[in-house]
Amino acid sequence: MAGPAETAGQTAQHKAYGNVLTGFALLCICVLASSVRLFSVIKYESVIHEFDPYFNYRVTRFLSEKGFYETWDFFDSFTWYPLGRVVGGTMYPGLIFTAGTIWNVLQKLNIPIHVQEVCVFTAPLFSAFCAIATYLFMKEVRGQGAGLASAAIIAVVPSYISRSVAGSYDLEAVAIFALVFVFYLYVKTLNTGSLAWATALFFGYLYMVASWGGYSFIANLLPIHCLACIVFGRVSSRLYIAYAPWVILGALAAANIPVIGFNAVLMSEHMASFFVFGLLHAALAIEYIRDMLPPRAYSAAKKLVLTFGTTALAVVLALVVSYVAASPTFGWTGRSLSLLDPTYASKYIPIIASVSEHQPPSWSSYFTDLHIASLLAPAGLLLCFRPLTDASMFLLLYGVTAVYFSGVMVRLMLVLAPAACCLAGLALSEVTSYLSASLVAAQRAQAGAGDAEKKAKAPSETDGSAAGKKDKAAGSSAAAAAKQAAKKAAKKGGSGGGPLGWVSGPWKPVPKDVAIVGLVLVFLGLSMFYRHSVYVAGEMYSAPSIVLQSRRADGGVKVFDDFREAYAWLSHNTDPDAKVASWWDYGYQTTAMANRTVIVDNNTWNNTHIATVGRAMASPERKAWQIFRSLDVEYVFVVFGGFIGYPSDDINKFLWMVRIGGGVFPEIKEPHYLGADGNYRVDEQAGKALVDSLMYKLSYYRFADCGPMFGAQRGFDRVRNAVIAKQDFELKYFEEVFTSEHWMMRIYRVLDKPNRDARLRNPRRAKLGRRAPSKRRQPSGAPSK
Amino acid sequence: MAQHLDTLKEIASSFSAAYVKTPTKLKILDAFSVCALATAVLQFVYAKLVGTFPFNAFLAGFFCCVGTFVLTLSLRMKVAEHGGKPTAAKEFGGYALAMLTLFIAAVNYIG
Repeated sequence: MAGPAETAGQTAQHKAYGNVLTGFALLCICVLASSVRLFSVIKYESVIHEFDPYFNYRVTRFLSEKGFYETWDFFDSFTWYPLGRVVGGTMYPGLIFTAGTIWNVLQKLNIPIHVQEVCVFTAPLFSAFCAIATYLFMKEVRGQGAGLASAAIIAVVPSYISRSVAGSYDLEAVAIFALVFVFYLYVKTLNTGSLAWATALFFGYLYMVASWGGYSFIANLLPIHCLACIVFGRVSSRLYIAYAPWVILGALAAANIPVIGFNAVLMSEHMASFFVFGLLHAALAIEYIRDMLPPRAYSAAKKLVLTFGTTALAVVLALVVSYVAASPTFGWTGRSLSLLDPTYASKYIPIIASVSEHQPPSWSSYFTDLHIASLLAPAGLLLCFRPLTDASMFLLLYGVTAVYFSGVMVRLMLVLAPAACCLAGLALSEVTSYLSASLVAAQRAQAGAGDAEKKAKAPSETDGSAAGKKDKAAGSSAAAAAKQAAKKAAKKGGSGGGPLGWVSGPWKPVPKDVAIVGLVLVFLGLSMFYRHSVYVAGEMYSAPSIVLQSRRADGGVKVFDDFREAYAWLSHNTDPDAKVASWWDYGYQTTAMANRTVIVDNNTWNNTHIATVGRAMASPERKAWQIFRSLDVEYVFVVFGGFIGYPSDDINKFLWMVRIGGGVFPEIKEPHYLGADGNYRVDEQAGKALVDSLMYKLSYYRFADCGPMFGAQRGFDRVRNAVIAKQDFELKYFEEVFTSEHWMMRIYRVLDKPNRDARLRNPRRAKLGRRAPSKRRQPSGAPSK
Repeated sequence: MAQHLDTLKEIASSFSAAYVKTPTKLKILDAFSVCALATAVLQFVYAKLVGTFPFNAFLAGFFCCVGTFVLTLSLRMKVAEHGGKPTAAKEFGGYALAMLTLFIAAVNYIG
């Protein structure tokens, strides 16, 4: 009698050790996840990165000044002049409210920290949370071992690092955590079948919906999983409790967020969940009457239900199809359509296609961004089948759909990252536990057959705790299973008793040498992955893109701080009411850093407005002046990289301005801006419209005169590697007011009246009146060489 | 036609015969969920006939009823798994929590 009690006590002790160890490992993983993202602060400074984060930062600042309630009613008159933007109703508030809450709590604790610091460090904090969520998710799917391995991988996976370094205050910073956490809650509800967890799922989903537009991925993935369960005959009350309340409560949650509103029940993105909801009820009804009725009546009733169900479904489907077909985009938003049909955006919505993160990724980026996870994930997919549980089927479907979406848009690599990490973690933990179990078995065999029974028992219990990590369902009976396996092993002559949860056939250990080599290889692979990730985090993904660095020949670092220099100039030297025009990429930065009204910004909600700016940039000077005057623009700035060789400048983005402008104003035609050979070029063979365009003039004004650049030819553009077509020209309607140190930002004032000085040079022609300047310009417009 | 009617009759009779054996607690839950579903259908028909104009109010009413139906059905499944015996307070607690959440979520739309 004492035997089992003692064993149980030992098992409990093992379990306690295991839990403490797991907690400690998880803590280390969290510290690692946060600290690997701090390179940007160390190498640069604590600054908000890139473009969109500046908007989030600005709203967070507003929130810290005015409070939560006011933020819902925030109308921003500093952007989209003269329209403005209803910020409260068009943003996803999750990130901003999260940072605002953190800031408020810190204030209450008398920690006087600036809201910018909170914003900068939100992303590293939440990547630690994401590691915990991943651990919980995989623990539910397979067990503690897989959970820890997945958490260790996702902590440093480069794809996720790229969006969550300190300062990258973007929606994805919290959304990926929310995504994984919702998956965890769903799987938890699925495994326990408890309504309390279903309620938790609602709150998790509410946070997800509030955080990111990517929630529609969940809104479609859960129906797919439910459908798969129905098709494979896995309908159960647990599935119902996980899925059905989510459909109803989730729709209510989504409709609560103003930016989604009634779309949550009207748009096609959300229809799948309602369809599957109906199907689930039909499937359950069939199951229910099978238990209730005698077989003959059951078969008749089943036929009846199926006929009725199919008819009802067909009617509903027809109704929906007719409703959907009435709308031009079939009830989908353009962004979702471009996911289903990858060519859609480039055909119809150039503004979506123009964003670089909406391009399909290259193959190499899978390796850079996922590294070892891309190797292990396929093995993880296979392991999902042994054994195939509801939870592992969910992971399987998540992995497969995420792979597809990542192939459409490079931005969605971020959705793939957790899936790949979970699958890789699964494979990793199975492989290591298999190999170490083999080692243990080999050791035991060495110890000899003497007292085999007793010895086989002890190690199998250590395995038992390892197996307990593996399968929650089998977890409770792991000790018993281990004992049985050990007895079997003892009968076979101590050939080993590692009960691997997924091996249904007889378990065979690999020889000791192979196991050691395998473990060393796994360790090597992992250390290479960590090396790679830390390198990538430090070198590639930490650049804030508003401050640039380059290494000098002597090893020192040269800092290019032109953007902030120019924005500071704007905020110090212009009227607070001045309107500033630029390409939309710089809208958020201008409002946040220069605190001036902009015409268009990165929100891109009004295509016509952006097209107007694109048209102005692509038009000749006089036409552009008219457009800008009509928009009350006082300052125009361009980003120019030809002086120092900064490639993402406005001249390189110019074709998108032409395309977007041409999409609304047909007088702008892309071929006019291309050279004779059909290529986009700025040298002698540049298209005439390009040379005449405002963008060209504002970029290259006085460029040839700026002195010999590193011994290059006069007027040599270091980005395009060409001598520019037209080197000497005057501006008539614009006046250069500021050019930053490295010429990266050039600010011009839009003159009230055309510049008289240009005319006064030739007073006789000036008398000819209005048409004179354009006539005068013709000869000098021709290339000088 | 008559043959179909017979089958229907047979199904109905055998179903009612089997249903009588259902524990009373489950019957109460069934009645409640059928009532919730009927209310939902009523609202849907009304919206189809008269129009969905205050759409938020329709959303609140309709989703509340469907949600009640779904949650009650979930509870019923749980109770049925225990053979209709008085179940642990935990499950009813979960049910109450979920219902409370549902109503708080729906109250936002009554407007």
